[in-house]
Amino acid sequence: MINPRPLTGLSGTVPIISAFLYNNCMFQLFSKRLFLILLILALSSCKRETAPAVQTASQNVPLVPAYGDALIVGSIAEPSNLIPMLASDAPSQDVAGLVYNGLVKYDTDLSVIGDLAQSWDISKDGLVITFHLRKGVKWTDGVEFTADDVMFGYQTIISDKTPTAYSEDFKQVKKAEVLDKYTFRVTYEKPYAPALTSWGNLVVLPKHLLEGKDITKSPLTRDPMGMGPYKLTKWVSGQELVLDSNHDYFEGRPYIDRYVYRVIPDSATMFLELQTGGVDMMGLTPLQYIKQTNSQYFKDNFNKYRYPSFSYTYLGFNLKHPFFKDRRVRQAIAYAIDKQEILDVVLYGLGSVATGPYVPNTWPYNPNVKEYEYNPAKAKELLGEAGWKMGKDGVLEKDGRPFEFTILTNLGNSLRMNTATIIQWRLAKVGIKVHIRVLEFSTFINEFIDKRRFEAVILGWQIGLDPDQYDIWYSGKTKEKELNFVSYSNPEVDALLEKGRRTFDINERKKAYFRMQEILAEDLPYIFLYVPDSLTIVSSRFKGIKVSPIGITYNLPKWYVPKPLQRYHIEP
Amino acid sequence: MLTYLIKRIFEMVPTLFGITLISFFIIHLAPGKPTDIFSELNPKITPEARERLNKYYGLDKPILVQYGIWLKKISTLDFGNSFSSDHRPVIEKIWDRKQPLLQRRLFVTFMINLLAMIIILLVAIPIGISSATHRNTFYDKITTTVVFIGFAIPSFWLALLLMILFGVHLHWLPIAGLKSMNFDSLPLSGKIWDVGRHLMLPLFVSAFGGLAADSRFMRSSMLEVIRQDYINVARAKGLPERTVIYRHAFRNALLPIITLLGLSVGGLIGGSVIFENIFGIPGMGQLFYMSVMTRDYPMVMCILTIGAVLTLLGNLLADIGYMLADPRIRAR
Repeated sequence: MINPRPLTGLSGTVPIISAFLYNNCMFQLFSKRLFLILLILALSSCKRETAPAVQTASQNVPLVPAYGDALIVGSIAEPSNLIPMLASDAPSQDVAGLVYNGLVKYDTDLSVIGDLAQSWDISKDGLVITFHLRKGVKWTDGVEFTADDVMFGYQTIISDKTPTAYSEDFKQVKKAEVLDKYTFRVTYEKPYAPALTSWGNLVVLPKHLLEGKDITKSPLTRDPMGMGPYKLTKWVSGQELVLDSNHDYFEGRPYIDRYVYRVIPDSATMFLELQTGGVDMMGLTPLQYIKQTNSQYFKDNFNKYRYPSFSYTYLGFNLKHPFFKDRRVRQAIAYAIDKQEILDVVLYGLGSVATGPYVPNTWPYNPNVKEYEYNPAKAKELLGEAGWKMGKDGVLEKDGRPFEFTILTNLGNSLRMNTATIIQWRLAKVGIKVHIRVLEFSTFINEFIDKRRFEAVILGWQIGLDPDQYDIWYSGKTKEKELNFVSYSNPEVDALLEKGRRTFDINERKKAYFRMQEILAEDLPYIFLYVPDSLTIVSSRFKGIKVSPIGITYNLPKWYVPKPLQRYHIEP
Repeated sequence: MLTYLIKRIFEMVPTLFGITLISFFIIHLAPGKPTDIFSELNPKITPEARERLNKYYGLDKPILVQYGIWLKKISTLDFGNSFSSDHRPVIEKIWDRKQPLLQRRLFVTFMINLLAMIIILLVAIPIGISSATHRNTFYDKITTTVVFIGFAIPSFWLALLLMILFGVHLHWLPIAGLKSMNFDSLPLSGKIWDVGRHLMLPLFVSAFGGLAADSRFMRSSMLEVIRQDYINVARAKGLPERTVIYRHAFRNALLPIITLLGLSVGGLIGGSVIFENIFGIPGMGQLFYMSVMTRDYPMVMCILTIGAVLTLLGNLLADIGYMLADPRIRAR
C-alpha cells in the first residue's frame, strides 16, 4: 500500500481541489486507483518529453487503429456517486470523467483548451467570462446540450440543498446568464484566475432529467447520463462498472468498445489478476515497478509508464515553535538532509527531488531556486550561528535546552515513515535528536494539526493543475482548519499570491509564482522533499498511448488494439 | 417453556438498547466526522460551507439529541441514509432488492459464512470424534497438528499462496471476485459452476482456519462423555463400538457444539475485511470497514444493530437447542 498516488484523477476537468492532502488514511483506501482523465486530444499534439516511458514489448503487428476490444482497469475502491459535484473520491471522478464533459479542460501542457465550449472571451478587466458552446452536441438520450444545462448545474452547485464540497469557486460568481442557446456568461466580483477552469465537468448536468428533483436521490447518481466518450451500461456493486463506447461522441467514436472498471480492494490480488489477464491496467508500487515486473513475461505482455504525479511530500515546521522560528535553523536542517538519498531509498529513485511546491517541468515550476546540497558542516555552522552549542551527550543545546523534537506523520503510509527514519538518522549526525510519532489520520488532523500541537510533520500535498496556492501560504489562512497550519507569514509572498490569482495573463502569473518559489526556498517553511512518480502498467496490446505531464489517459478514446491482438469480442 | 421464552425475549430489549447506546457514543467519540472526507484540508471549504455540511447531516445537534433522533427512526425500522456521498438508504446498501441475490452484500457474506460453517461442521465433527476415540495415537497427533496449523496460519498469506498456485501457475481457478466476465452469457448450470469455482479458494481458506475450534471442542467433549458410566454400560451390553459412539456418546457430546453454533450466529453476517479484500468479495466486512473509516454513522449503527440482534437471537437459539437436546435442562 505504499505507492505514490498515481497522478491526480481530479486533474482533467475538475481542478477544484487545488491542494488536497494526498495518500492520507481515508484516501489511503483509494490510493491504488488508476486515474483517468477526460482530456481528449489529437494524437499529433503531444510533443513534450517528460519522464521516459519504458517501452517494452512490441509485437510484429501493423499498427492500424481498429474498433473493438475491452480495457479492464483495476481499482482498489468503488465509485460512490456518479454525479461529479456530489462525489469527492477519486474512483467516482475517474468514472464520471468518462461520462461527462466540462466546458473547458487542460491540454497536455497544462494550458486551458475548450471542451464543450468552443471558445470563450474574457473581458479586459478579467471580470466577465463568456463561453461559446459547441453546437449540436447531444446527451446520450438524444436531447441537445445547451447553455440551460450549464445554468442548471451552476444553480444546483450553489444551492444549499446540495451537499457538495465544490461550491466555493461558484459562490464567487456575481451573475450568471444564458445569453442564447449556445452562449453562457458569468460575471465575477473580482478577477479570479482559477475561475476559468472551475467550469469543468462539475456543472454540466442534464437539466431535462434533474430539474425539480432532489439531486441526492436521483437515479443518475448510479446510472449517469452524459455525452462523454463512454456511457455506463452496468454497475455490479463492489465488483465492476462496465462502460460502453458512445458511438456518437462529438470528438469521434472511441476505438476501445468497452471500458471495465474492476474493483479489487487488495493490491496484491490485483497484481496477480494482472498476471492472469484479469486486469489490463493498474497503478504499480515502486517495488512492483522496479523489481516485480522485470520478468520476460512482463516484458512481452506489458508496457510500463512513468511520469511525475501532481503531488509532493514535505517536512513542515511549526514556525511558532521557538526552535524553528529562526530561519537559520530551518536552513541548517535542509543542509543536514540528503534529499536524493531519501528519494533513492524510499522510492527506489522513482520520482524527483522537490525544490518548491510545484512539479518539475510544468509552467509554474521555477528550476533556479536556492538548493540545499547535503552539507553537514554547513548545517553545524548555521546552527552555531543560531546559538546552538554541542552538549555533553552529543545533542545540541541552547540555554540549557537540548535540541530535541518530534516528527509526526500519519499511519498507513510507509513512504513517509521511512522518510522520517532517514531524517532522524541524518539529523542525529549534526546533534539534533528526533522522535517519530505515527498517528491515525483523523486523530492526526483533528487533534494535532488543527490544534497546532506539533513541532514538525511529514505530509504531502496533492496539488491542482492551477498554480494558485493562496490557501497554503497566505498569512491570513492560519485559523483552525485552515491550511497554513505551519503559520507561515511573509508580506511579499502574500502580495505575489494575490497578484497570481487576479490576472489571467500566464506570463504575469508565471513571474509571480517564480518569485514566490525563490522566497520559499530561502524561507523554508517546509523542506520540500520529493515528487513521486506515477507508475502505471498497461497491457501491451493497447496502442496509441502517449505520456504527457498530465498522465496517459487524457487521450483514452484514441487508444486502440490492432485487430489481430484483440482479446474480447463485444457484441454491438 | 413458552413463558420462559417470552421472558427471555423481553430481557433482550434492554440489552439491545444498552448495546446501541454504547455503540452510538463510542463511534461518535472517535476523532473525525463523516464530513471530513470532503472538508479536511480542502482549501475550497469555508467555515460556512463546513457548517452547512454539518447541518445537512444533523451533526450540529448535541449527541444525545442525535441519538434520540436515531432511536426514533429505528423504532419504525428506518435505519436512515448513508452519510457517504452516495446518500443511499443503508438497508439498500446491504440488501438491495433491485439486484440479484449475488449482488447483495448481506447475502454474499451470509452465504459464504454459512457454507464455510457447514463445511467446518462436516469435517471438524468426524475429526473430533475420531481423534477422541483414537486418543494419543499417531492419527490423533497428526490431526491435532493439522488443525492447529490451519488455526495459526494467517489467512491472507495462505490465500495469496493458493492464488499464486491455482490461479497464476496452474490456471485452474479464478483469483478474485465472485463471477467471470462472461457470467451473463452462461446457462444456469454454467453460472452455478462459475460461482462455485470462484468460491472454492475462499471457502477452503475460511474453513481451514475454523477447523481447530470445532474439532477440539468435539474431541474434548467426546472424551468427557466416553468416560461416563453409561458408556461402559452400553459397551457391557455388548453393543458394537460404532453404536456406542454414534448413538449414545455423540448426542451428549454435541451439547458444547450447540453453544458454539449459537454464538456464531451473530458472526454469520460479519465478514472479515482482510479476507474479503484479498478475494475481492463484496461483502459486509468491506462495507463495515469503509463505513468506520469514513465515519458513516448510520451505516455503522445499522450493521452493529443487526449484528447485536442476531447475536442475542443466537444465544436464545442455543438455549432452546439445549433444551431440546437435554431433558434435564428442560425440566428446570
